[in-house]
Amino acid sequence: MDIFVCIKQVPGTTEVEVDEKTGVLKRDGIDSKMNPYDLYAVETAIKIKEEKKGEVTVLSMGPPQAAEIIGEAYMMGADRGALFTDMKFAGADVLATAYTLSQGIKKLGNPDLIICGKMTTDGDTAQVGPEIAEFLDIPHVANVKKILEIKEDSIVLEMDMPHTIEIVDVKLPCLITVEKGIYQPRLPSFKRKIATKDREIPFYSLKDLDDHDEMKYGLDGSPTQVKRIFPPEANTDQEIWKGSGEELSERLVDKLGELKFL
Amino acid sequence: MAKIVINQKKVINPQELIKLCPFAAIEYVNNYLTINAACKMCNICIKQGPEGVFELVEEQVEAIDKDKWRGIAVYVDHLEGDIHPVTMELIGKAKELAAKINYPVYALFMGHDIKDRAKEILHYGVDEIFVYDQEELKDFRIEPYTAVFEDFINNIMPSIVLVGGTTIGRSLAPRAAARFRTGLTADCTILDVQENTDLDQIRPAFGGNIMAHIHTPNHRPQFATVRYKIFSAPERSEEIHGQITYCTVESEKLVSKIEVLDIKKKEREESIEDAEVIIVAGRAIQKEDDLSMIYELADLLGAHVATTRPLIEAGWADPRKQIGLSGRTVKPKLIITCGVSGAIQFVAGMNNSECIVAIDKDEKASIFGVAHYGIIGDVYEVIPRLIEKIKANKVNVEDMAYASTN
Repeated sequence: MDIFVCIKQVPGTTEVEVDEKTGVLKRDGIDSKMNPYDLYAVETAIKIKEEKKGEVTVLSMGPPQAAEIIGEAYMMGADRGALFTDMKFAGADVLATAYTLSQGIKKLGNPDLIICGKMTTDGDTAQVGPEIAEFLDIPHVANVKKILEIKEDSIVLEMDMPHTIEIVDVKLPCLITVEKGIYQPRLPSFKRKIATKDREIPFYSLKDLDDHDEMKYGLDGSPTQVKRIFPPEANTDQEIWKGSGEELSERLVDKLGELKFL
Repeated sequence: MAKIVINQKKVINPQELIKLCPFAAIEYVNNYLTINAACKMCNICIKQGPEGVFELVEEQVEAIDKDKWRGIAVYVDHLEGDIHPVTMELIGKAKELAAKINYPVYALFMGHDIKDRAKEILHYGVDEIFVYDQEELKDFRIEPYTAVFEDFINNIMPSIVLVGGTTIGRSLAPRAAARFRTGLTADCTILDVQENTDLDQIRPAFGGNIMAHIHTPNHRPQFATVRYKIFSAPERSEEIHGQITYCTVESEKLVSKIEVLDIKKKEREESIEDAEVIIVAGRAIQKEDDLSMIYELADLLGAHVATTRPLIEAGWADPRKQIGLSGRTVKPKLIITCGVSGAIQFVAGMNNSECIVAIDKDEKASIFGVAHYGIIGDVYEVIPRLIEKIKANKVNVEDMAYASTN
């Protein structure tokens, strides 16, 4: 079975601030770890490989330093990887990102199964996976909780819905996005680290893709644009109370009564 | 192609220029300053850098005819005909936006055996509801549902499409948006509309630490998803003025490679998203046993108990009780946070609550930035006394009631 996993490098922390006057993002340090949700996707792929044989390929779009997370996936047991990196991919929104990755997937082969994490911790959109599936014209199932069976030409999954669990049989090739907790991600092993340290991480740019049209990538290929960024508003209509535990609890009881919660 | 061009002749202090970029996208290699793929096109280097070093070069793209697209469509989110309340919330927002630019409000309702339910939507003030009631649409399967979406958009050409940020919506909206190669902004918390019909989409980014104002200047339709409990549903009106239009899509277009084998009901869990009053336990709670006072207070107020992430990680509560960006979004009438410092990830999941009471001993805790009533005190001092007083209060009321009946 040929399995592809899409992964992303995200900031090590989401502790960022905006300078209120200039609207500039104060963020020192750079992208630095694999999106935690992607670890579950990589683990799922390796689990399937162990059971059914096959090959696991990880791919990512990002700056050159994102090669680090491909190396990390090698240490978990991925067989090959690729990084799609080009100044022309810069400023990509959901659509342009999904299109670039779908082109990247076509470049690398014809996978039976594509696995994505539930979402990223920096974008929080959870929408790139379904858009990749659309561009590849294959079915997708989001919120996969469990893989029940892998058959010759289909895969049986548990999909997590708010009040139900749906058991679905999806024909291959397909794309799934997996919930955290589907499997416990393994730690990169030292043995594999040594074994994979010289393994190549190929870089591809726009000219390596089938579709060379610059207008479909990066900022130009992004229908949505960020007009401005600003810090979240604080509530201005507020009261601050100080005092002893006795005084504070007394006031709160009165207030809750006044607001008709008691 | 919009790109940032560097005027190498004006580069004087390259090391200083490198520091301009928060994404480390500026490199200095072989006495040459370049921008690599880490660039997010945020233009900070242009705005903050010395005059003329960084320059934005844009080629004009042909503008689309926005007048061809008209109306605001809301996707009716449902499971087997049970309409998710986020639908009404979106209709409320759609009406508000539509009034500003004189647009109709449409609803798109697809499924099987749903005809009877369509009328209910009209009570919330939709001008026209388009119903696709076909057997192939019984279960949510991505290909047929996207095909219906495509048919609807091609026929009606709405300018704006709002979809609930539910399990289904988060799967369907991106698929439909990609089919039209248009923009989609996920989890918007504020929506507004410009006179030129551009939708202002505001959403938290970077885990809620900043807000991003996003627009879709040259693509239609403009897709946005919104989570449950962000907007308010309009009052249900007895009168109906809108109409129902039945549509169908040819069966050949509704084929799917997905087969639903079984649907298992989950045990109905108490959902904090539907709670009217919530008490939140935060990190100031020192040990698991101490949660008992939180539960006692919740009992007295008829409230649900929720927690912040550290308590979930400690295994003290079910992950479904977590509020925040990585948990649930809540919008109760009253929320009392007990010993919660108010990390921005948490606040993003509750700051739309109608009344926020925060109890924490750290005066500088950021929770006090969003609280309506900020109580600076130790939870161990305040809560036990609060419980006592509420109990005493209740006894009094009961005594009075007892006395008055005798």
